[in-house]
Amino acid sequence: MKKSLFFGALTVATLIGAAAHASTLDDVKARGKLNCGVTTGLVGFAAPDANGVWQGFDVAVCRAVAAAIFGDPMAVNFVPTTGATRFTALASGEVDLLSRVTTWTFTRDTDLKFDFAAVAYYDGQGFMVPKSLGVTSAKDLDGATICIQTGTTTELNLADYFRANNMSYEPVPIETNAEGQQQFLAGACDVYTTDASGLAATRAAFEHPGDYIILPEIISKEPLGPVVRHGDNDWGDLVRWTFYALVAAEEYGITSANVDEMAAAPTQNPEINRILGTEGDLGAMIGLDKDWAVKAIKAGGNYGEIFEKNIGENTPVGLARGLNAQWKQGGLQYAMPFR
Amino acid sequence: MTSTTEAPKPAFRLSQLIYDSRYRSITIQVVAMILFFAGFAWLIENTVSNLRALGKDFDFGFLWNRSGYDINQHLIPYTNNSTHARAALVGILNTLLVSFIGCLTATVIGVLAGVLRLSKNWLVSRLMAVYVEGFRNVPLLLWIVLIFAIMTEATPQPRDFREGGSAAMLLWHSVAISNRGVFIPAPIWGAGSGILVGIFVLSLVAAWYYRRYARKLLFDTGRLLPMVWPAILIAIVPTVLFYFILGRPVTLDYPTLGGFNFKGGLQIRNSLIALWVALSVYTGAFIAEIVRSGILAVSKGQSEAAFALGLRPNRTMSLVILPQAMRVIIPPLISQFLNLTKNSSLAIAVGYMDVRATLGGITINQTGRELEGMLLLGLFYLVLSLLISGVMNIYNNRIKLKER
Amino acid sequence: MAEAASHTTSYVRDKMLPQAEPPTLQKGAIKWMRDNLFSGWLNSILTIVSIYVIWAVVSDLFPWFANSIWRADSLTQCREIRNATVGADAPAACFAVIVDRWQQLLFGFYPREFYWRPILSLVVMLTALMPVLFPRLPRAALLWSVSAPFVIFFLLWGGSVWFPLAAALGFVIGAVAWRLVSAASGALLGVLAAIILPIIYWLYFAAPLADGLAGSVPLGLEAVPSKQFGGFMLSVVIGISGIVLSLPLGILLALGRQSPLFIINKLSVGFIEIIRGVPLIVWLFTASLLLNYFLPPGTNFDLMLRVIIMVTLFASAYIAEVVRGGLAALPKGQYEAADALGLDYWKSMRLIILPQALKIAIPGIVNTFIGLFKDTTLVVFIGLLDPIGLTNAIRASTDWNGIYWELFLFIALMFFVFCFSMGRYSLYLEKKLRREHR
Repeated sequence: MKKSLFFGALTVATLIGAAAHASTLDDVKARGKLNCGVTTGLVGFAAPDANGVWQGFDVAVCRAVAAAIFGDPMAVNFVPTTGATRFTALASGEVDLLSRVTTWTFTRDTDLKFDFAAVAYYDGQGFMVPKSLGVTSAKDLDGATICIQTGTTTELNLADYFRANNMSYEPVPIETNAEGQQQFLAGACDVYTTDASGLAATRAAFEHPGDYIILPEIISKEPLGPVVRHGDNDWGDLVRWTFYALVAAEEYGITSANVDEMAAAPTQNPEINRILGTEGDLGAMIGLDKDWAVKAIKAGGNYGEIFEKNIGENTPVGLARGLNAQWKQGGLQYAMPFR
Repeated sequence: MTSTTEAPKPAFRLSQLIYDSRYRSITIQVVAMILFFAGFAWLIENTVSNLRALGKDFDFGFLWNRSGYDINQHLIPYTNNSTHARAALVGILNTLLVSFIGCLTATVIGVLAGVLRLSKNWLVSRLMAVYVEGFRNVPLLLWIVLIFAIMTEATPQPRDFREGGSAAMLLWHSVAISNRGVFIPAPIWGAGSGILVGIFVLSLVAAWYYRRYARKLLFDTGRLLPMVWPAILIAIVPTVLFYFILGRPVTLDYPTLGGFNFKGGLQIRNSLIALWVALSVYTGAFIAEIVRSGILAVSKGQSEAAFALGLRPNRTMSLVILPQAMRVIIPPLISQFLNLTKNSSLAIAVGYMDVRATLGGITINQTGRELEGMLLLGLFYLVLSLLISGVMNIYNNRIKLKER
Repeated sequence: MAEAASHTTSYVRDKMLPQAEPPTLQKGAIKWMRDNLFSGWLNSILTIVSIYVIWAVVSDLFPWFANSIWRADSLTQCREIRNATVGADAPAACFAVIVDRWQQLLFGFYPREFYWRPILSLVVMLTALMPVLFPRLPRAALLWSVSAPFVIFFLLWGGSVWFPLAAALGFVIGAVAWRLVSAASGALLGVLAAIILPIIYWLYFAAPLADGLAGSVPLGLEAVPSKQFGGFMLSVVIGISGIVLSLPLGILLALGRQSPLFIINKLSVGFIEIIRGVPLIVWLFTASLLLNYFLPPGTNFDLMLRVIIMVTLFASAYIAEVVRGGLAALPKGQYEAADALGLDYWKSMRLIILPQALKIAIPGIVNTFIGLFKDTTLVVFIGLLDPIGLTNAIRASTDWNGIYWELFLFIALMFFVFCFSMGRYSLYLEKKLRREHR
């Protein structure tokens, strides 16, 4: 007699399921919320605060997309995913958008049938060692014991790097960053390796950060970005251009503070006008309102603001812009032209 | 006139399929069979069309591709150039290893704790109660994580073993306990070591025969030969003698500190030890309860009768109480062994590369073949469980009380 | 006698001696210690080892607890406070993280203003259990137990009140159909009608009915999606719905396993063995990675529901074994008596066998529930934020990055309190049963 929960929920579920064939944007609009896959917790990129509100760099990307669609940056359901479940969650339609420090690789783009909308963060795999070890280069790590998170591209990169340099190592696989931190601090491994951003965030949380150094070598390219399902190109375009709007906004000096002012009346710069919808109607071409970019920028600021607020040098994570600076400042963040 | 009216042979009616109990069971079974196959076909059909929609195929070919990842503990040769299938095999062996040694130690710990919990010693019985309740009521995953963390914090780092460091090797510089694992000397099998192993096996057999002889003598004539010491001597002395006669064919490779870590010797990794300890201590708590209730289930008259016959307490235990308690203990013990084996799939929490971590983790992750990988994984555990319960059931049937 | 007494006066003391104190070794604390701690060399060694173990643990942990800090906004602040009060590098627990995040550990991301709903659900559940556990309460109270799942569903998930009501109506339809049809044309047809009619109703009528009623009489609580469930609430919801939903299935499987019908028997045995032979974690991965393959294309429902379905199937195999134990423990005479009364299979099961067998099985069911509740921690591997999953999320905030033991200790303690009290309860039940059987 108590099976009702099951059946009741099942009926609802089938009803929801029946609608899943329409385009992703229509689904999202009908639902009134964006389902966004994030990590179960990674410092600076995604974590719930004391009030249960998700914060972080990856989260800000989701919020910008939600704001572009609904005008409400809070219209997002965050779905925590693990390294093992993230792709299934996206492929099965459980999430509309995966913004989860996911590396853009050939097989993921092709064989796994996903599309990477853009590169939100250019990362690379690095090594952290205790200063007392006296190691200054990754080339000195022959025979070292290395803590590494499993289920990611990092362990493949590590194997490749040591093979290419004809060195040996002893991997200590770990499940979460927290365990890695604990093992590394206790000296169970000589080296901790993960994306350089993660290393910086981890080191910042140490009681004596000065006792540890991050080696200069970056052994892999880790372009991290929002991922969508292959096949719904309209949806991919929406995510891509929302992200580019944030990058372009930084380039042209549009911030969350002055965006209302700049959008109030056409400015001297036609590109700004096109982004902000005061000239032409780019929004309609991706199925959104005229002022979609205004709403996206207002959500968390432009790319630079998001970066500074979540992982920039003034946060505990303390990352420099580096490769993620604007192309005019010698970085790689380069928004395609809005026209 | 007097006619024995032959009962009219009733024609078969369709309603008999439902109302006649002779046919009803067939009807029910046929319906069940049809429903089962229909459900099965429905699942297959869904899977096929879903796979097609995703543009995937059902193909185990990925098993023969290069794996590309390293596994620290491999009982058979393995590099990152090996195939996914080999990685799965390495994982399977690691699962079997930790399950096997886990079951052994869990039994030892469980029996000890179960007996000690019945001890008259107030402190010890309370302590065992705390142990049993503490471990039974907190999730295993937490214990695994905590024990792993405690072990890394409590043991010294390899660099502490350097000159002037805070730690030292044990047993004449042959064993090092560090937070990367325990390093012990590894045997090097030189020429003639095969003979030595053969002799050792033979002397084990001889020791077993001696015990059998002594027991037979005891039961036949009542003469009690010493059992333990002669058996141990028979098992060990010839091997030791031949070890020197053959010119020490087996030598030891001692671990030495070099570079970042200990070199040489045999490394029993911390992940294995942590998982092993956690599994055996956790399961041991359950076994302790089983043993305790098994012993309590033997009626008090049995031990009183044994005492009345003049048996000493330890003989009462081994000859009267335990054999009877075993009958109660074995069946739940089997299911504890099964649980331990299945729980070893939590190995990933400490980074022990069992089959769940290799085949069911990294391989699936790198290839995106979750359907095939999970199927293989489930099949492996199923076969293993059935094997264990099969073997243990045979044992159980052998010691079961033969009721006549 | 008197003669004898008179003869022996010189040998027998005629005055009572004053009562002497027992020897010091035979009284009070010392005797107790001799009896209980040092009664032999083995016991003495054990005692000394035990004392050493206790001392080692306490001396390691005590300073850490004694110096614990309860008020701070971040780990850095904790460390500053510690450095100021007890000195750098002294052991000090930072329980401020619990003070800061206990709501999350208990309720996940459930909206704070609605915390009364899960709490009320717990009360509803406990009251609903009463009639099941205490048979002396009136039978009518069982109606409350039966309707409690709908009430709890409504309280936890919210939404329109008509939805759970419409779902519940299906069971009423089933019950009515069974009554009417079995009275008219036999038990088997009755059972069939009771199965088929509600399913038709759920598939085609329940949703429009609920929608229609919700449209005309909007009545309900604010909906809370299951994505906001987390912490212990998630564990409890998964654990309890798993057990409650698996009971009917488990009973059917147990009956199937005892059935003389070959195919039914083998199907039940196969199901039970396959489910029990594979670890829960593999089933959970199946729920998260594979269930979408097995269901019709386009079907997609939330992870928590998929997990509950999987956990239900998993638990039903274990419940089946427990119930089978209960069935086997019944004396054969009960079965024979039921047959002798001319009861058919279902009647004899429903009226004679199952009530007794289930009563015997209750402690086992409670133990299965404890095991299942502990196993819900495995959902962390598929990305649900149970207490252990939340430790990761909490540590991922820059405030608490680097904290470790305090969170695990808190979670372990919560689990211990819950499971230990459940375990005691099942023990009490077992003892009560044993008394009643005498």
